[in-house]
Amino acid sequence: MGMTIAEKILAKHAGRDNVRPGELVNAKVDLVLGNDITAPVAIKEFRKIGVEKVFDKDRIALVPDHFTPNKDIQSAEQSKILREFAREQDITYYFEVGRMGIEHALLPEEGLTLPGEIIIGADSHTCTYGAVGALGTGVGSTDMAAAMALGEAWFKVPPTLKFIFDGKLGPWVSGKDLILYLIGKIGVDGALYRSMEFVGPVITALSMDSRLAMSNMAIEAGAKCGIIAPDETTLAYVTPRAKRAFEPVYADEDAEYEKVYTFDCNEIEPQVAFPHLPENTRGVSDAGEVILDQVVIGSCTNGRMEDLRIAAEILKGKKAHKNLRLLIIPGTQNIYRQAMHEGLIDIFLDAEAVVSTPTCGPCLGGHMGILAKGEKALATTNRNFVGRMGHVGSEVYLSNPAVAAASAVTGKISAPWEVL
Amino acid sequence: MKGKAWKFGADIDTDAIIPARYLNTSDPAELAKHVMEDADASFPSKVKKGEIIVALKNFGCGSSREHAPIAIKEAGISCVIAHSFARIFYRNSINIGLPILESPEAAEKIKEGDEVSVDLESGTISNLTTGETYKSAPFPPFMREIMDKGGLIAYVQWRISSDNV
Ligand code: SF4
Repeated sequence: MGMTIAEKILAKHAGRDNVRPGELVNAKVDLVLGNDITAPVAIKEFRKIGVEKVFDKDRIALVPDHFTPNKDIQSAEQSKILREFAREQDITYYFEVGRMGIEHALLPEEGLTLPGEIIIGADSHTCTYGAVGALGTGVGSTDMAAAMALGEAWFKVPPTLKFIFDGKLGPWVSGKDLILYLIGKIGVDGALYRSMEFVGPVITALSMDSRLAMSNMAIEAGAKCGIIAPDETTLAYVTPRAKRAFEPVYADEDAEYEKVYTFDCNEIEPQVAFPHLPENTRGVSDAGEVILDQVVIGSCTNGRMEDLRIAAEILKGKKAHKNLRLLIIPGTQNIYRQAMHEGLIDIFLDAEAVVSTPTCGPCLGGHMGILAKGEKALATTNRNFVGRMGHVGSEVYLSNPAVAAASAVTGKISAPWEVL
Repeated sequence: MKGKAWKFGADIDTDAIIPARYLNTSDPAELAKHVMEDADASFPSKVKKGEIIVALKNFGCGSSREHAPIAIKEAGISCVIAHSFARIFYRNSINIGLPILESPEAAEKIKEGDEVSVDLESGTISNLTTGETYKSAPFPPFMREIMDKGGLIAYVQWRISSDNV
């Protein structure tokens, strides 16, 4: 019997010919990731194990991105734990402020997440790397500690759900809209414990940045991972930057899927997720009158080049509404620099936006744009839980960068075609 | 274990369990002071040692922060029963040794304030207030081994010391 991509990757890393859903396996990992919130806990646990050295200093990535540049004394102490551990263990891929970016924007860009690999990260959006054909999945700090010592982790082999995206993308529709639409259909636990595979003509035509945004939100449907089989687009992206040799993995023809969903993309318009769950989606035309206090364009979902280019296309020659704050946060230093060279930063500053250094910042209500009671924000981020961006009495709406930019201009949730 | 039940709804996310504004520390005692705060602001002041959290589907969805099960454990909660758990929360709980049980029936029928007792060995949940008993799915042997050893770190120590790597 054939295997899905996730099954094949797990079998290979567990040294097995075959695995079936439900089996528990110990598998080797190609990269272990932690950030300034999760790694300090992992480092504390790592010390308890009693080994002196990490399993491989080239296969650990430490990215201080959440509360950095540090917002207060306590978060500075957390980052210091990371920094000292990185020096002590001579960790190759420790990204100091000034070299760092938001982890899931940074690691693919650095060529550290590759087709066919298993990457675990003490961060739930580690599933982002499914976009390059890797099995990326979020774990906790204790898992991270154990993996830093052993170079492996325990996994339950997930059943796989297949999602076929047929038809053609409408205007201003991106990967973000496809995943929001999907989550709206199956719910925030619609893929619980499952691997998702995204296939179909629309996926084949999708840019790498859009694919990364899609896989990024697999966790928002409860999934373990959201994988896109490597194709020409993938190889064109990973080959010039790959830091390791890699081998793409594809599903067998006779792979078994728990369920197959087919979506007709001709029917999908830009989506908006209403508070307080990513599953509360509707088309932007049905958003009604939602007056906004803040718009955020950034995060590991939509802080990449394509996202900034789209935002600039809409904001060019316009200004953010006077009753609203517009925050734009490039995902990495490279994206920041490229945006500057392309003149996008000028467009943003002319639009009276704040342009910040790469950081998670407001995405998780950390710093750099916290909401007061009763305020509403539209963000290109991935979660709109109660209190996610600040006060428990504030609201977060989610959309793609085009809708976010258009809404920044009008001051309320708006479709891109309303401002062009 | 035996204790009073605190009841929560569906899709309780990790931001509700421990909001990010408190994640600038990883000190368990500090985290416990804010446990479940954004789901019920008065929860940290009223929860007592040994009590049990009962919730509907997808408990612990959202971020991978281990601070969530740590805060629950440190606040003295003896066990979490839910219709279902989000997968990273489930992993983290096993790894740090916080007992969790999946039982749709118990999750639905137990009401806030009910006295509940749990037998982890058999996975039996008893509602002492109503006299009902509910079953939960048993843990696979490998996960039981991790829990029996006292969590993943102890398990890894055992593997390294017994040259089982
Ligand atoms: S940008 Fe937001 S979702 Fe992404 S890693 Fe940072 S906090 Fe998490």
